[in-house]
Amino acid sequence: MTSTQTPAAPRSERPGPGPESAPPRAKKKRAYKAPADRGANRLFRWAATGAGAFILVVLAAVAVFLIVKAWPAISMPTDELAAQVSALHGSSLLAYIGPLVFGTVLAAALALLFATPVAMGIALFTSHYAPRRIASALGYVVDLLAAIPSVVYGLWGATVLVNVVKPLWLWLNTHLSWIPFFGGEASPTGRVVLSVAIVLAVMILPIITAVSREVFLQAPRLHEEAALALGATRWEMIRMAVLPFARSGVISAAMLGLGRALGETMAVVMILSPGATYSFLLLVAGKHNTIAANIASQFPEANPIGVSTLIATGLALFVITLAVNMAARAIVARRKDFSGAN
Amino acid sequence: MTTTTATPSSGAPSGLREILTNTDPRRRRTDRTMKVLIYAAFAIAMIPLVSVLWTVVSKGIGHLNSYFLLHSMRGVFGGMDAGGIYHAIIGTLLITLWATVISVPIGLMVAVYLVEYGRGRLARAVTFFVDVMTGIPSIVAGLFAYALFALFFGPGVRMGIAGSVALSVLMIPVVVRSSEEMLRLVPNELREAALALAVPKWLVTVRVVLRTAVAGIVTGITIAVARIIGETAPLLVTVGVADSINYNMVDGRMMTLPVYIYRQFQQGLVPCSPTATNCVPTINFDRAWSAALVLIIIVMLLNLVGRLITRLFAPKSR
Repeated sequence: MTSTQTPAAPRSERPGPGPESAPPRAKKKRAYKAPADRGANRLFRWAATGAGAFILVVLAAVAVFLIVKAWPAISMPTDELAAQVSALHGSSLLAYIGPLVFGTVLAAALALLFATPVAMGIALFTSHYAPRRIASALGYVVDLLAAIPSVVYGLWGATVLVNVVKPLWLWLNTHLSWIPFFGGEASPTGRVVLSVAIVLAVMILPIITAVSREVFLQAPRLHEEAALALGATRWEMIRMAVLPFARSGVISAAMLGLGRALGETMAVVMILSPGATYSFLLLVAGKHNTIAANIASQFPEANPIGVSTLIATGLALFVITLAVNMAARAIVARRKDFSGAN
Repeated sequence: MTTTTATPSSGAPSGLREILTNTDPRRRRTDRTMKVLIYAAFAIAMIPLVSVLWTVVSKGIGHLNSYFLLHSMRGVFGGMDAGGIYHAIIGTLLITLWATVISVPIGLMVAVYLVEYGRGRLARAVTFFVDVMTGIPSIVAGLFAYALFALFFGPGVRMGIAGSVALSVLMIPVVVRSSEEMLRLVPNELREAALALAVPKWLVTVRVVLRTAVAGIVTGITIAVARIIGETAPLLVTVGVADSINYNMVDGRMMTLPVYIYRQFQQGLVPCSPTATNCVPTINFDRAWSAALVLIIIVMLLNLVGRLITRLFAPKSR
């Protein structure tokens, strides 16, 4: 201990007796702190470590503050809460959150259903089909989709896309209404959950593509070449050598996309005509809403206890996305060279 | 088998390949179908990209002029053909600037910790939770900032700095990941050479490691800024909407470009009386599209500048 506190520069040149006399554990510790862990050095190390710990503090603070602010609504008796918050329509908090969670998961799951096959196709295109020279440029073009702000997607979805898909939805409604999802009375405006799911799918396409592409590129080269040498066609090579290797990576990519879709706000607010039911009728307006969209539309006009109620729904969203993301990260952690952030 | 492979002529291997792949025509068909599907997937992804960009440019260019850029919405009502986005640009710049000021030092120090010091359980936890943090929904970040400031300033608080805090929750993980990657690219020989010259470790980190990686770090920060500058939901709950210019980050509502777009969209079509002279029914949508065009130009410029910085200033030796 004394030697670490006074390691004057000339003395540290002959560290002979120190490491030999010390047990191996202490030696290792010394090696990590050496040569002079004091003054500015120590300060800098503490600042860096503090910043690292700060990340954990922030994440914990997000949870704590949401709980603190949501607590008045959670702890209040049902009838008293319903009397003060008109959005509840007399029901309990859980009955309020339930349909919102359902709508959130429904929209995100549909988006995932649309986005995953396309994203895998694009990823395979840039990793195995496109000419090497332009592959990275094409990848960058797909990344541009992520650069467009969500509010612009909302604007586009509500004014352009809705009009394009409207005839399609009406056609589905008249000809395929025996499929439960397409039944009911189709909305003449097209502001339905299926349109939302398409915009969400476009928005999560880049992240699923980026992560899948990385995994596909990591597939062992020798396996691919071996498959080709045995006479496999390109698709057979991908099916036998690339996809099995990439399965877990693609699953986690899809889950990252799911996490994004769950929390997406503006596109949903601007496109969907909201409602609060557990309905699988995808073409009917006024049946669904998502947690994030509900918060964004209700928050500006809410009274304090109403805000507390909305934060309680936000807490539910936080828990859901945290669970999805942690599961995805736990899978992807084994291949830690990439993440959604780069 | 042996005779085929032993033939030295260059045609033989491809002949063998033909035999191996052609025996069953169904396999060829599947291969072709999948190829078409995969090319189609890429084409499908291009449709929304082109459509969004085309719509924004074609609908936004008409209303975009210097008047629009240099005036606020103060005193603008109904369908009058006036008003602009000056206040929103000011708000976006200020809030993004402060979010950057908060996020960059923290993010950079976390990256330094992970690369230079991080060992053991804390480092693993930090890496994991930084990744998890990238998945926090933006509206939840907004609610967090609101809850934090409401605790100190009472309920209903709306101020610019709360928006900056919300955005920095979203920005820090992006800065950490990109800076960490850049710091890991710095060759160990540089660190060792500096340490061998008895330079203290913190100085090595600041003057050698960070100095070498600065181009990549700046790129990462620029792209992180581009990512948060379009965020709407967290600003909607923390900063609110305003019609006038507000330079004060700690007092009152501010307007930001994304929120402006949403606000104009929400106000929708204006009912004009047939006798009105200065009334455009679609004025709100016109403003929304033009603001969207400005926002997209800013975002694309940031992305472009970020990538150019790496290309121009990256260290030559790898």
